[in-house]
Order: sequence, then C-alpha cells, then structure tokens
Amino acid sequence: MKSVCLYFQIHHPLKLKKYRFFNMGNDSFYLDEYQNKSTTIKAASSCYIPANNILLDKIQQSNGKFKVSFAISGMAIELFKTYAPEVLISFKELAATGCVDFLVEPYSHSLSSLVSKEEFASQVKRHAKLIETEFGITPTTFVNTELIYSSGIGEMVAELGYSTVVTEGAKHILGWKSPGFVYADSAYPKVKLLLRNSSLCDDLRYRFGDKTWDQWPLTTSKYIDWINNTDGDIVNLFMDYEVFGCNNNTESGIFDFLEYLPSDAIEQGIEFAFAKDVINKFQPVAALGISHPISWADEERDITSWFGNEIQREAIEQLYSVREKVEAINDDNLNYVWDFMQSSNHFYYMSTKWFVAENNANINPYDSPYEAFMNYMNVCSDFKRQVESRYSELTAATEKKVAPKKIKTTATKTTTTATKTATKAAPKTTATTKTATAVTAKPKAKKVKTVS
Amino acid sequence: MRVLMFGWEFPPHIAGGLGTACYGLTRGLSRADVEVIFVVPKAYGDEDQRFVRVVNASDVEAVYNNPQDADVWKKVTFIEINSNLVPYSSPEEFFEMSESMQKMCSNTEITDVWRQRYKFSGTYGSSLMTEVSKYAVVALQVAKDLEGQFDVIHAHDWLTYYAGIVAREVSGKPLVVHMHATEHDRSGDNVNSEVFQMEQDGMAAADKVIAVSHLTENTIITKYGIAPEKVEVVHNAVRLSSQDSDVPTRTIDDKIITFLGRITFQKGPEYFVEAAAKVLEKVPNVRFVMAGSGDMLNKIILRVARLGLSDRFHFTGFLKGTDVHKMYSLSDVYVMPSVSEPFGIAPLEAMQANAPVIISKQSGVAEVLNYAIKVDYWDVDALADAMYGLITYPALSNMFIERGQEEVTALKWNDAALKVKKIYQDAIDNNK
Repeated sequence: MKSVCLYFQIHHPLKLKKYRFFNMGNDSFYLDEYQNKSTTIKAASSCYIPANNILLDKIQQSNGKFKVSFAISGMAIELFKTYAPEVLISFKELAATGCVDFLVEPYSHSLSSLVSKEEFASQVKRHAKLIETEFGITPTTFVNTELIYSSGIGEMVAELGYSTVVTEGAKHILGWKSPGFVYADSAYPKVKLLLRNSSLCDDLRYRFGDKTWDQWPLTTSKYIDWINNTDGDIVNLFMDYEVFGCNNNTESGIFDFLEYLPSDAIEQGIEFAFAKDVINKFQPVAALGISHPISWADEERDITSWFGNEIQREAIEQLYSVREKVEAINDDNLNYVWDFMQSSNHFYYMSTKWFVAENNANINPYDSPYEAFMNYMNVCSDFKRQVESRYSELTAATEKKVAPKKIKTTATKTTTTATKTATKAAPKTTATTKTATAVTAKPKAKKVKTVS
Repeated sequence: MRVLMFGWEFPPHIAGGLGTACYGLTRGLSRADVEVIFVVPKAYGDEDQRFVRVVNASDVEAVYNNPQDADVWKKVTFIEINSNLVPYSSPEEFFEMSESMQKMCSNTEITDVWRQRYKFSGTYGSSLMTEVSKYAVVALQVAKDLEGQFDVIHAHDWLTYYAGIVAREVSGKPLVVHMHATEHDRSGDNVNSEVFQMEQDGMAAADKVIAVSHLTENTIITKYGIAPEKVEVVHNAVRLSSQDSDVPTRTIDDKIITFLGRITFQKGPEYFVEAAAKVLEKVPNVRFVMAGSGDMLNKIILRVARLGLSDRFHFTGFLKGTDVHKMYSLSDVYVMPSVSEPFGIAPLEAMQANAPVIISKQSGVAEVLNYAIKVDYWDVDALADAMYGLITYPALSNMFIERGQEEVTALKWNDAALKVKKIYQDAIDNNK
C-alpha cells in the first residue's frame, strides 16, 4: 500500500513596476499594483476557488481518507486578504475539515536560508504564526522556498524545532536510490527528508495537456498505476497549485482528473497522508549527505537560477546589507518592502542561464536579465536610501537619550512627509485582526494615509 | 568551390563597414576551401591578397555596345546621371573625394577605337551612378575572361548588383546577392527610387539573397517583395582586434558615455542627447562624447546648448583607425541608438575594447548579442535608465566586460563563411 503525500504550493510574487532611476527620491511606491491585483484575481477564479471546491467535496465524500497539504507563502496570504478574501475563506473551510495540513516556509518566499540565518529564522517564525492565526493549525513540516535544501539549512530548521523537511528528489544526491522512502540527513540525522517525485509531478505540470505526448490523455487509472509502480513506500507529489486551471486550462480536463483522482486512488489501495503521518509510520532507510544546496529548478536541481551570476549575487547582497537597520527601524511600510524585495522571483528574472525569455514570458515581466537587475537595483537603492535616512534619525534620537518607546513615535512623525505618498502602506494586520476588516482597511490606507 | 565576387571596396581602402565585412568573409571562405576572385572598381595594389585574388576593374578592357551582348544588356537599365548620392561618407570625406574626382575627370582612356578602359574612383562620389553602370560593363568582360574559373557569383550591396546580373547572364552561373544594408535603412522614408530599383532588380535576378540580420530579411521580404524562401540570414562577425595593448590612460574621474557613428537620422543621435539630459539631472559626474559627423551635427549641438549641457558634451568630429579603438577603450558605456541598423558592427568593436554596450532593438546586431542592453530607440527613459544602470551598478558593467569579451570572440567569420558556402552550394545545386 502506497502512501501518497499531495502538497500544493501557492506563492504570488509581487511584481515591481517599471521604476526608473529618476523616480528615485520622489516615488516610494514600487509595486505594479494592477499586475499584482489582476494576477491574484485571475488565479483565484481560474484555479484556487474551483480546485478548492473540488477538494472540499472530495474530502467530505472520502470520510477523512483524502488528505492534502498546502504550502502558502505569507505574501500570498496577504494578497488574498487584499484582493481575494474569498480564497482565504475557502482555505479556512478546508482547514476546518481536519484533512488539510499546512507547511511552514519562509514568509516571503525568500532565499534567506542561503543568506542570513537571522532573517531565515524570523521569516519561518512569522510564517508559522500566520498559519496558526489564519487556519488554526500548527505546522510541523518545513518546506523551503523552491525546495532549496542543504545540511546547513537542515541544521537551522532543526534549531527552529522542525524535523520533517520536504525537498527535491534530486538525482545527483539520490544516485540509484528511489525518492519513495523516508531519508535522514547524514549530518543531522534528526532531520527527516521527504523527497519529491519530480517525474510524476511533471506529468501533471508539463505533460498533462500536451497532445503530442505519447501517454496523452492521462487518465486517473493510468496515473494511479504509475504511482503504484514506483519504488518505495511513499510518493511525494509537490507542485504549484496553478497546475489546476492555470498551467492546464479547464478544457484540458485537469479538473476532471482532480475530481476522480481521490476516489479512484483510494479504491486502488492508495493511502493519502500528511508528511507527519509517513514520518511516524516509516523509518528512514538511509542517510543522505547534501553539502551543496539543491532545489527543484532546472535540470541541475541547484540554486544557480537565483544565485548563478554576478548581478544576482550583487542584488541579494545589496538588499541584505540593510537587514539590521530595517529590523531596528521596524516600520510597517519598510518591513513590507523588505518582505517583497526578498522574494526569489526577482532574482530568477536576472538569470542569464538560458536567455530564452519566450519560454517564461508568462511569468517573467522583463525582456532581459539586465532590465530586471536595473529595475530591481533602482528600487533597492531607493529603499536603502529611505532606510538609511530613517536609521540616522533613529540613532540621532537614541543619542539624545530619549526613552525608546518615545523614539519610535517621534521618528515616524517627523518622517511622514518622506513616506506620505508612500511605500505600499499595507499595514500588517495584527494577528488578531479579522480578515474582513483587514481587507477593506488595506487598500484605503495605501492611498490616503500612512500608518496611524 | 570557386566564387567570383563583386565588391565596391576592399581593405585597406574602405569608407564604410562594407569593405571590412567583405574582407572578413573572404578570409573565412578561404579557410573553408572556397577560392575567391574579388573584383573591385579600383585596386590600389596594396590589398591583402593572401586570401583572395583581387581583380582591378580599372585594368579590364571592356567593350560596350558589342552586338553579341545585346541580350545581356536588356536585363539591366543604365542610369547615367550625376547624382549626389553619398551613402557612407562624412562631409569632409565627400569634399576630399570630389576634389580627387575632378583631378581624374577623364573617366575613359582610349586605347583602341572599340576598346575602352574605364577608370573608376572606387569611392562614393558624385558620379556614383555612372560608375555603377560602367562597373557592370566591365563585369561582363571579367565574366567572359574568367570563364570556367568560377562556380558561383557573389555581389555585395546594390552598387555591384548590375555587375552581378550581367555576369550571371554571360556565364550562366548562379548569382548570390548580399544585402549589407537596404535603402530603407539608409534613408528612412525618403527612399532613393533608383537605388531601391537596383536593389530590387538584383534580388529578383539572384538565385539566393543573403541578409545580414533577420531585421534586414524582414525588410527584404516586406518592402521589396522578395520570395521568403530565397532569403537566408548570415550574421556578420568581427575580427579579433590586434590593438589591445594601446589603451590610453584616463585623465578624468568622470564616467564617459559614448556615441560613435555618423550623426544622421538613421543613427538616432537625438535620443542619445535626450537620455543624457535625464541622466545628468541625477548624476553630475558623467561626460557624454559624440564622435562622428553628419548632417544632423549642427542640430544636435544646438539642442545640447539649449539644454544647457554643453559643458558635459564633447564633440570630437570624425574619428579614424586607432582613434576609434581608443575612444571605445575610454568609454564606460557605448551607445548605439540606431533607428534602423541592418547589422551594426560597431558595438562588437566596442565590446572588444571592454566597453559595455547599449544597442537599439532595431539593430541586426541585437539578434546575436546576449551581453548587451537592448532598448527601443525611441524609449528615452529606458535608454537613460540603462546608462544609469551601467555607470552606477558595477556588478552589471563588470559582467558585461567579462562575458561580452567571450561573446564577441565567439562570433567568427569562419562560421559565417560556412553558412555562405552552404548557400553557394544550394544555389549551384538548384541551378543545374
């Protein structure tokens, strides 16, 4: 009997608008709001809502046998709150069934695990807290941005109290071994690894709608056969939720596939499980040594898509150089910029690995990696300028030895002119705020006032 | 394989990029075991003939009005007019040329009542059209004299197309014409109809047409109505420069952004100026160099003055030879904002001299370069942003310098020559 772990990832990269160098200093609104809004709404209506409805239906019909896990980034949840609250409500309904688990990950889909231990820890903690508040579920399984993993990351994850990690079943670390087992990290044996079966995921992601594929059309019974024919006890299927309705449109039949998969699979003796279930059920069969970070990207399954060239490294370095100052200032506006600037997609756009923009035209808004870099750096420079000026005010105020609490308020007041037109003023809704109020409050605040 | 090639110029006597391209291509062809006989209107005797046999058209005795050739001449119409068409030269050069033209005002030298030798200036002077016609007359004789010594004919740019057509008629060998530029690129909407006609005739009569870029291919198909299956793209390459050691020392700390080329509508100099103005609003320590001359120079100088930027702009006039290389080496950014550029070899030379480049998307060279920033020529904001990016973010310019060098080195004439050889073979096979 196979255990199948289904994980769906949701992340919406916040796209930057075209930000020229002459915008610097007089425009601190960096986002392409129209893009971000329209892509969120579109994904909600073509994917999240219809797919969630099917899942809910199937869970109710299966008497708790059908289980699904989600990895939803903090940025995506924030976007839902602002633009598509119905999606969040729908996920809450799913969460309430008890048959849906949520994974913990870096809050803003960042690469912080490769750059800054402190930032990584803070992002993971924030995300776990958000999941708890939104869905009432305490996540126990960790998945990193782009499934990036190395033993070094395993150590940090373990320190944060997580011992189960989902990552890529990269061939170069597995060798002849099958991804269908639980593995342990050889450096930190407490960390259990669940490895993605990339081939079965790609069947849905890339090949499902391809009529030239010799296996087309892919039926549930064929797919279940393939699952049953894999080596091992478990099959980890981790993919973008957009596989349903975006990567494959409704006409491709993907929703019908989703509709029939759970009951057909259960009939064929497949058991749907959460990561925590399989970890309890199966012992690790071997230890894997992963000294260089792996990911789920490209043929190489390494991190060169985000960290491959000079401009990517420079951009990352430039951003993280102000981390401590942003933390010290702790202003909602700046924190928000700090978050979305860390998303992995910005660095992906700067990749010079392929030079085939057409390939990714739907996800990459830039004509070239350099355009992506220059735009990012313009925003980054302006952001750093804001941070520096706020920070110097802050330190000046500290030197005057005013009580710490008072500093903050005065600092904010004196700089209102600078931030008035301001950085997407999306004030972080506090943990206790109800979704509905947050939704209406946010866009208004953006245009009219700074944080009160 | 042997090819009879008609060109207008051959190094070292060149006025534009055409001669350089012909030289690179013939070198590459010789390495691919293609023998080249290169006919130029005027040979000076000091041409590099290691790779090619250069035939001086001025030495060929040619007979016009030969009744036997009457059929051939029906194929081409001569236009013998004194046009002031000067496609590639700067005003200074033009002045020099017209002077020298006057000195050798007798175009023909009578050796026999029936036989004539034409003396060609081989430049782009005022009697260009006459020379083009006479070059065709000579081509007929050359093709007859060299009968059996070539398998295919290759004509470079419209100046030599009539020569190519005539040679094809006489020898029955296939004709390949090479479009290094089109009249549409040179003149925008004010197309010279005679030149246009010659280009169209040449391509219509040819067995194959080589375009230097997909951009040019597109123009050929849409504007000239040539059958798409006839047209093949062979991108130009660049020769390794041997002047690397000669890097001048910088005397100022300011960043230097350079425009180098003819200051004419086609090259988009005004976009350079407008973008520069935007950069200078934010960054004071930049200097802009405009090297070259052309009919828009005065207008540009006036515009710069009106913007109040004259202290930041430097006009060098026309640069030649090693000065060009020096200018590239001194530049932090080289910009080619051409409105329309069939290929554009200058950015490749700039990259060889370690200057990061910004090129317009409306240039053929954009098709072969990855390590260059590409902008729409009219998008002054994007151009300014690119200038700013390259002088402000060292990671970007360093990457361009390192990888750009590799990229340019990989563009080899040998590879281009192999493609041309394949086109010859196709033309020969189809001609049988």
